[in-house]
Amino acid sequence: MTEFDAANAAVEAALAAGARYADARVMHRRHEAMSARNGEVRELVQDEDSGLGVRALVGSGWGFFAVPDVSDPAARVAGARAAEIAAASGRVPGPAADLVPLSAQSGSWANECLVDPLDVPLSVKGDLLVGVTGQAHRQGAGLAEASYQIWDTRKWFTSSEGHRIDQHIRECGGGMSAIAIGEGETQRRSYPSYHGQFGTGGWELVDRMDLPAHAIRIAEEAQALLRAPQCPAGETTLILGDEQMALQIHESVGHAIELDRILGWEAAYAGTSWLDLARLGNLTYGSELMNIVIDPRIPGALGSFGFDDEGSPAAARYAVREGQWVGVLAGRDSAAVAGLDYAGSVRADGWARLPMVRMTNVGLEPGPHSLEEMIEATGDGIFMEYNRSISIDDRRLNFQFGCEVGYEVRNGKLGRMVRNPTYTGIGPQFWQSMDMLASTVVPWGLSNCGKGQPFQVGHTGHPAAAARFTGVRVGVRG
Amino acid sequence: MSTQLAATVLELVSRSAPGAEAEVVVRREDLALTRFANSHIHQNVADASVTVRLRLFVDGRTAAGSTTRTDPEGLRGLVDRTLAAARLTPPDPGWPGLAPPAPLASAGTVDAAVVSAGPVERADLVRAFVDAAGGLTTAGFCSTRHMTMTLANSAGQVAQGAGTEVVLDGVARLDGADGVARNSAARLSALDGAVLGARAAAKARAGADPVELPSGRYEVVLEPTAVYDMVQALGIYGFGGRAVNDRHSFARVGQAQLDPSVSLVDDPVGPDAIGLPFDMEGTPKRRLALVSAGVTVAVAHDRRTGAEIGAQSTGHAVLDIDDRSGPQPANLRLCAADQEGEPAVSEVDGPAADSEVARLVAGVDRGVLVTDHWYTRVLDPRTLVMTGLTRNGVWLIESGKIVRPVRNMRFTQSYPEALGPGAVLAIGRQGVRLASKYEVSSTVVPALRLASWNFTGGASG
Repeated sequence: MTEFDAANAAVEAALAAGARYADARVMHRRHEAMSARNGEVRELVQDEDSGLGVRALVGSGWGFFAVPDVSDPAARVAGARAAEIAAASGRVPGPAADLVPLSAQSGSWANECLVDPLDVPLSVKGDLLVGVTGQAHRQGAGLAEASYQIWDTRKWFTSSEGHRIDQHIRECGGGMSAIAIGEGETQRRSYPSYHGQFGTGGWELVDRMDLPAHAIRIAEEAQALLRAPQCPAGETTLILGDEQMALQIHESVGHAIELDRILGWEAAYAGTSWLDLARLGNLTYGSELMNIVIDPRIPGALGSFGFDDEGSPAAARYAVREGQWVGVLAGRDSAAVAGLDYAGSVRADGWARLPMVRMTNVGLEPGPHSLEEMIEATGDGIFMEYNRSISIDDRRLNFQFGCEVGYEVRNGKLGRMVRNPTYTGIGPQFWQSMDMLASTVVPWGLSNCGKGQPFQVGHTGHPAAAARFTGVRVGVRG
Repeated sequence: MSTQLAATVLELVSRSAPGAEAEVVVRREDLALTRFANSHIHQNVADASVTVRLRLFVDGRTAAGSTTRTDPEGLRGLVDRTLAAARLTPPDPGWPGLAPPAPLASAGTVDAAVVSAGPVERADLVRAFVDAAGGLTTAGFCSTRHMTMTLANSAGQVAQGAGTEVVLDGVARLDGADGVARNSAARLSALDGAVLGARAAAKARAGADPVELPSGRYEVVLEPTAVYDMVQALGIYGFGGRAVNDRHSFARVGQAQLDPSVSLVDDPVGPDAIGLPFDMEGTPKRRLALVSAGVTVAVAHDRRTGAEIGAQSTGHAVLDIDDRSGPQPANLRLCAADQEGEPAVSEVDGPAADSEVARLVAGVDRGVLVTDHWYTRVLDPRTLVMTGLTRNGVWLIESGKIVRPVRNMRFTQSYPEALGPGAVLAIGRQGVRLASKYEVSSTVVPALRLASWNFTGGASG
């Protein structure tokens, strides 16, 4: 019995139990993670999970059931249970549910992977993490940590509309950080970021980072931060590095354009959005430099795939074009409610979780400037980089970010390092103040985007470039 | 069945690597969750899972792995893979050894009604919440969970436990104002959808046309839903052995760090506790006082962080891939004020969650009532300065009365400072049990009246 057979059995059983639509995914995922601190490996974990999840639509109600057993009998029981749950949804019914049309898709997809990360010897991986954390610790970091993660996912999808898709997605990445511990506070520097850098690809992604070349530098910078003056408080011109811009995009654009949030489907937990669907195509989100694209086709980016988890083929779409809001992240059911004709942004965290609207790759198109030009053009401001903290309201409007390090900018030159740099603002006002944008775009990958109940972790990509903003409040402290 | 699975894995390890130290955890979970939004059920899911986790220490090296495949081939693969990994990793000189055999304080709390609850029972609780909101738009979820866990190790420890949990959590919405009500319990009968729906609706109705307050320091009454966030942060960043050993926690054992009215315990084995009676290393859980009358008296350890300072594990090992957070107290109880001779806590009219919140509000000359916190993040773990926002209902208090709704505000506040000596003006007389968003555990918290809270921004920036 193949994985497609199991998925088909689940779909058939759901239809037999009364579903008017059903789809099923069989997934097999291997995950490997290792961490080290201060020159010692602290954890090595290798996980393997397999299972089947089936989704059924009965009347206007959805149901989902998942099992780790992918035998034919188990798949059929799962299909029937999904239909039973869907029927119970009708006890608190809503408007008729529908799906935007999608022709039956058939295909296979796999991302490029030059060096299979699961084939790289554990001793090589361990030596890398032990080496860089030992270097940073010896250089004075009280706490030096490094880690990598690898995911190898295969999935098989079928639906009652005739879809038949299989995909093989390999993702990996990692990073390291150095923490200097002072009397009253701690300071951290990381490389390439505290969250790490992740992508679809093989171990070549980790090799390219060249962690050993940066271990001593981040240890020294963390200690220098303990001695640096506090970030000044006030309103000023702010320049952000590309890694911090990735978080800014993720939090204040990516989540805001999720259609399920806009429709109120996440109102009680993840929250809603300040965006009003009635203004789609007629709302100024940012300055004319702001072009945000939803694109799951970017080679190597973490949010890339061939098809989403309800069978929509990967396609690019503007979310914001020349500052105007023009697109959303949607699924087939949410798009139907909103009267849109596209979906393509639905994914699930494993076989046991319901596919839901998620970011794919959501990022900036390049601008006309360089970081150096931004600094040279700034008489008085702050340059901040490397995310340290994130907080944003449930409408994705009012945000406050902290960065690991800041530098004063005076008369077109970088000045003193400052510690505890923070900035705060309101999404559209902030984006409308963006007056310079770099031409160099880096596809940052985030492997820890939380959403949904039960909780799901999503992998997202964010092409980002350094940018300059005017009139920003900085230096907020407790 | 789980015991047999664990024994099979231990036997496979013993045959392949005699002398290896091995620990096996078999976790079975039936989780079902019914979500509603726009006053109807829109997502309705369930899954039945089995996970077998193996941790090994062999020839001075450690590795761990897990699988959802419980057939002989799957178990064999787990053992072979993990043994191979352990042989290739760098040495682990800090290995603390396996948990020795020890009896458990309880077997956990299992409610048959939760075990048997299906989508109809969950839908009925949702229906009650929605109906009680009186026509307001509602959203939220109802979940039921039944988990059993068996741990066996090559040192002879065998621990079995089970637990149930039911959660109802929802908001009512009116013209941009949200009100929330949530509760969780080990027993299905403990939750009342109608009470929660009515409470959420009362808050939403009282939230219309909010005003914006200027930034600054205000006296506050925090409802249990907001206090939950504070206590969780204290547990994650303050009272975990990893953070303390690494010196990036504020906690200093033996020092009077909080107000004398504050006592904080981790209570995973009380009669109404949600969760399992042993930790992920097989150490029995027990009640652990962390703060007694404002004095920090202990922190939570697993075997590794305990060994680092010559202490015993307190039964707080968790699954933690990156080892950054380490052991944490997951069943915190902020002790409520003595309620002997006082009337029982009851529902009240208006936006206050209950009569205890109303009592604390009555003592405030000018301040802010906060229902909930949202998206709180640590700015500095050492001082535990957090930033976040209010959510689901904020009101201005004047002369002991709630006078008008306030728009959400951002705060940037050190939590230990807010609870510091002299800063806690009153504590509610009843704790509310609130479920963890991520694990099977719960936190019990009363309302708090605090002298000062640093609001650093309004809704407009």
